[in-house]
Amino acid sequence: MKAIAARRHHRQAPVVLLVLALLVTGAVYAAFASTSADASVVAQTETDIEQGKKLFATNCASCHGLNAEGREAAPSLVGVGAASVYFQVSTGRMPMQSNAPQAEAKPPQFDEAETLQLAAYVASLGAGPAIPTAEQVDASKGDAAKGMALFRTNCAMCHAASGAGGALTQGKFAPSVLDTEPAQIYTAMATGPQSMPVFNDMTLTPEDKRDIIAFIDAQKEGAPGGLDLGSIGPVGEGLWVFIVGMGLLIGCAVWIGAKSS
Amino acid sequence: MSTNTHDSHDELVVRHAPEGVSDPGLPPHTPRLGDSDPKAAKRSERIVAGLFGLSVIGSILVVVSFFVVKPEGTVESIQRSNMFLGLGLALALGGIGFAAVHWAKSLMNDHEKVEERHPQRSSEEDRAGAVAVLKEGAEDSGIARRSALKGGLITALALLPLPIALPLIGNVGADWKVSKFRHTMWKRGTRLMTDPTYRPIRAADVTIGSVVHVIPEGLNHEDLDHDQKFMDEKAKAVVLLVRLDERDLKHTEGSYHGIVAFSKICTHVGCPVALYEQQTHHLLCPCHQSTFDVSDGAKVVFGPAKRALPQLPISVDDEGYLVATDDFSEPIGPSFWERVK
Repeated sequence: MKAIAARRHHRQAPVVLLVLALLVTGAVYAAFASTSADASVVAQTETDIEQGKKLFATNCASCHGLNAEGREAAPSLVGVGAASVYFQVSTGRMPMQSNAPQAEAKPPQFDEAETLQLAAYVASLGAGPAIPTAEQVDASKGDAAKGMALFRTNCAMCHAASGAGGALTQGKFAPSVLDTEPAQIYTAMATGPQSMPVFNDMTLTPEDKRDIIAFIDAQKEGAPGGLDLGSIGPVGEGLWVFIVGMGLLIGCAVWIGAKSS
Repeated sequence: MSTNTHDSHDELVVRHAPEGVSDPGLPPHTPRLGDSDPKAAKRSERIVAGLFGLSVIGSILVVVSFFVVKPEGTVESIQRSNMFLGLGLALALGGIGFAAVHWAKSLMNDHEKVEERHPQRSSEEDRAGAVAVLKEGAEDSGIARRSALKGGLITALALLPLPIALPLIGNVGADWKVSKFRHTMWKRGTRLMTDPTYRPIRAADVTIGSVVHVIPEGLNHEDLDHDQKFMDEKAKAVVLLVRLDERDLKHTEGSYHGIVAFSKICTHVGCPVALYEQQTHHLLCPCHQSTFDVSDGAKVVFGPAKRALPQLPISVDDEGYLVATDDFSEPIGPSFWERVK
């Protein structure tokens, strides 16, 4: 160590340092690039499909049929694609808990690897939308302002301008998208789960989808006005004013009018 | 005309009370604790002083947080700044208000007082005087003799409402051009473009279950001279494009291989109808829950709307892009006075 310290004023020292710095940067970049690649690429090996088939037979086949051909109670899954499986299973909507107006999100029953195995199996039955890469759902690479324009036209009528969700007919509802994972937002748009229509790559290109994800991500900062009362719109705000605001005013009036003890 | 009821409220006379209902009068006066107990009075004084103290603290908080807790552009810092300013203001104003009311209630004299209403009718003397003054003025003006002045006055007063009423009625008249309700930008050959990305739509790219929000080709800020016109045209021309399985469609006129296009303007009061439920093919209006069945010509299945959403007949051009084959089959949006049905 002392030997190195002694030579730190050597004429060649900056060159050596530069070379070292370049090497370190390269190594770090390689390490990060390989991890992100690992996360994004869905390994669709034969064993994954085999494993997925087993999982499917034990967990899904009772409704969707042994070959995912569909039955009276559940649709065929041939051609729905890996994206559809990823959304339904990773949000816990499938396997479905009960026969309700719509399958609701719940803690997922399969871990990430099992979900991807199921997705690989269903994708092997017929071509469909694929699971997006990590880069495709990276909110920091999207344009939130453009995403807002797209969200307003395509999403806001059901999920509300704030993304907090809203009611549909007969017990169905559009859920809040504020706590949804980017990859789940992407796959929902690509596949149109349940009541939601499909927004394929023609309607919203992958870049458009990433912009929308960026917009939703920007909503997580909260409202500058403070308490947003769930962002469910004028009805909730009106109720708050009527009950809390007017209640306080009436309380004050009663107190002013009451005799002191 | 006030009566101090502290010692005489029993003498109040009941006037015009219907039979069977007697005026219970005022409740008996009960002295407050502070009236007899100087300790309680002292306590009230301390509370009032404390409330004023809170107000002072609030004012100081506002001034300090104005300089210390500055909004720095992030949502969080704006929230923090708002909270401190609001809290300070609430204390500063509320402290004074609550202190004043508590002071008045607990420390100031609490004798109830009754003030009788004044009679509304003026005294006979005043009434006779007013009539005399009016008569004298009429006499003095000579309006009965000077008929030219009388005519002039009446004409001037009769014409006065015109300059106010005419512009009002005239401006209303601008909206009476009903022809603009009957037609939109859509015509034969107009391409369907995505909103807001403004891209043409290939029929082959619209998958089953898809919804596309559509505007006509030419509806962009470059081609329309100003924003007002853009918004006016867009408000009429917006369309929702849906692809269903062709077997689910009950009528195929105006559709192209299961792709149908309907006006997005509700026929009830004109809200944008766009909550499409892919599985039921129902289109829901968020304002009053009118529901339209897209598989059955967007006819009304629920809610206050009376007419089906007007359909935009579509086809494809040589390059496979979706185009309109005509304008809407009927005027879009809510009913208006000269609409036939």
